[in-house]
Amino acid sequence: MAGEERGIKLSIQNVVKEYRGDHGTTVALNGVNLDILENEFICVVGPSGCGKSTLLNILAGLHEATNGECYLDGEVIHGTDVRRGVVFQQYALFPWQTVIQNVMFGPQMKRLPKQECLEIARKYIKMVGLEDFENSFPKELSGGMKQRVAIARAYANNPEVLLMDEPFGALDAQTRAQLQTELLKTWEEERKTCFFITHDVDEAVLLAQRVVIMSARPGRIKRIVDIDIPYPRDQGTKSEPRFMELKAEIWNEVYQEYLEVRK
Amino acid sequence: METKSKKKIKINDKVWLLISLIVALIVWFLLSIGEKTGRSFPYVPAVLDGMKTMIEREALWSDFASSMISVILGFALGFVTALPMAFLMAWYTPVRKIIEPWINFIRNIPALAYAGLIVIMLGIGRTPSVVLIWICTFMTMCITIFHGIRNIDNTLVKAARVLGANDMDIFFRITLPATVPFILTAVRLGLSAALTTLLAAESTGARAGLGMRIRTLQATFETNAMLGYIILIGIIGTLLNILVNLIERRLTSWQEKREG
Repeated sequence: MAGEERGIKLSIQNVVKEYRGDHGTTVALNGVNLDILENEFICVVGPSGCGKSTLLNILAGLHEATNGECYLDGEVIHGTDVRRGVVFQQYALFPWQTVIQNVMFGPQMKRLPKQECLEIARKYIKMVGLEDFENSFPKELSGGMKQRVAIARAYANNPEVLLMDEPFGALDAQTRAQLQTELLKTWEEERKTCFFITHDVDEAVLLAQRVVIMSARPGRIKRIVDIDIPYPRDQGTKSEPRFMELKAEIWNEVYQEYLEVRK
Repeated sequence: METKSKKKIKINDKVWLLISLIVALIVWFLLSIGEKTGRSFPYVPAVLDGMKTMIEREALWSDFASSMISVILGFALGFVTALPMAFLMAWYTPVRKIIEPWINFIRNIPALAYAGLIVIMLGIGRTPSVVLIWICTFMTMCITIFHGIRNIDNTLVKAARVLGANDMDIFFRITLPATVPFILTAVRLGLSAALTTLLAAESTGARAGLGMRIRTLQATFETNAMLGYIILIGIIGTLLNILVNLIERRLTSWQEKREG
């Protein structure tokens, strides 16, 4: 609310992550530093295996960094916290619960009264346009609808930060475009800090204020590109000259990394 | 159009079952007219006659009741012990490392082999029968439920955690419902194990029981009633299976059907 002054919401400082396996130690992340501002939309791109999902899991508190720390509002991140909502690529809906039961899961965990849980759930189900499917089970929904439920479920907990791990990666092109547009609209309204992982450069440039390009093995930040295309954006943005310019630039960098990995 | 074709398939399944039954009756009939096979496989009227005799001797009902009591008690004990043990094995590695090899070792030994040991320990009567069924159903169900718990999609647990669930919430809201399909499979296999252990279980000096009666009828070459008893065990198994299927359909309708 305080005008243009934007504080640092999430801070990643010198994060190192090593996995010990049967064939020695793999370094997934090697000294990652990044500050994410309040209300910022950040996209992370990079070839598979560059540790971008690992970074998200550390931010979510699902994994521990081997070295270094992450901070939310200056507080060290340790374990999961409802202030950091997560949307997974594979939806991760509870299959034995209906749409509304899934969405009200978070509020229930806060031990809010049932009526309030239902009201919150209905509000966010409406936001993603699934009012008619309140009582459907996940198996009755398409992939796009499932991911809408997952997004509504994350929002229902009113997190301060949204961490999204390739949320649209499993969807067909048309559904993906539609969900991108919906997410853009929601973000433009609510301005929730978003940390969004994708391997789709188009998607990154369309959504983000800054695109972080990661290099592989060991994973670290290669470059950060400011996307100076004004909001509101929509699918039409993709045919603007500036969009194409930025996309080509980022795509080249990512492709080089991909070739590195292949070596 | 689609519902129509689906309905057609459903009828087909029932027709197939009927055809299967008719073929079985034909094969049975052919066996019954053979010179040697006929001795072991008397046809339907003879079998019904044999069962009538058993009713007149006032044996059939008490045999059935006695076996069902042993099966239900043994199965119930097996279930209430297998469920917590499966969770302990899934949660605590030392428990799994120690117990799992035992179960895998004992599972391959026919129950009849160690039935005698149980009798020597517990004496004759119902107790050793129940204990034997308990052991067999426990092993089958424990392993099945354990593998089910281990196969729970970890993403669901993660999703619950980031939504603020604590360990208790995870257990009651995620682990338990996710395990229900495996528990039902375990129940199905456990009931089957209970019935297949019946003969071994009632070789322990039981005074009545389907398994015990099959042995005594064999000693007197009363194959009519013997075959009737054998088929009765099969019918009980089929009915129990249908019962579990009905429960399954109610409890796990949320599951995605595997295609292909």
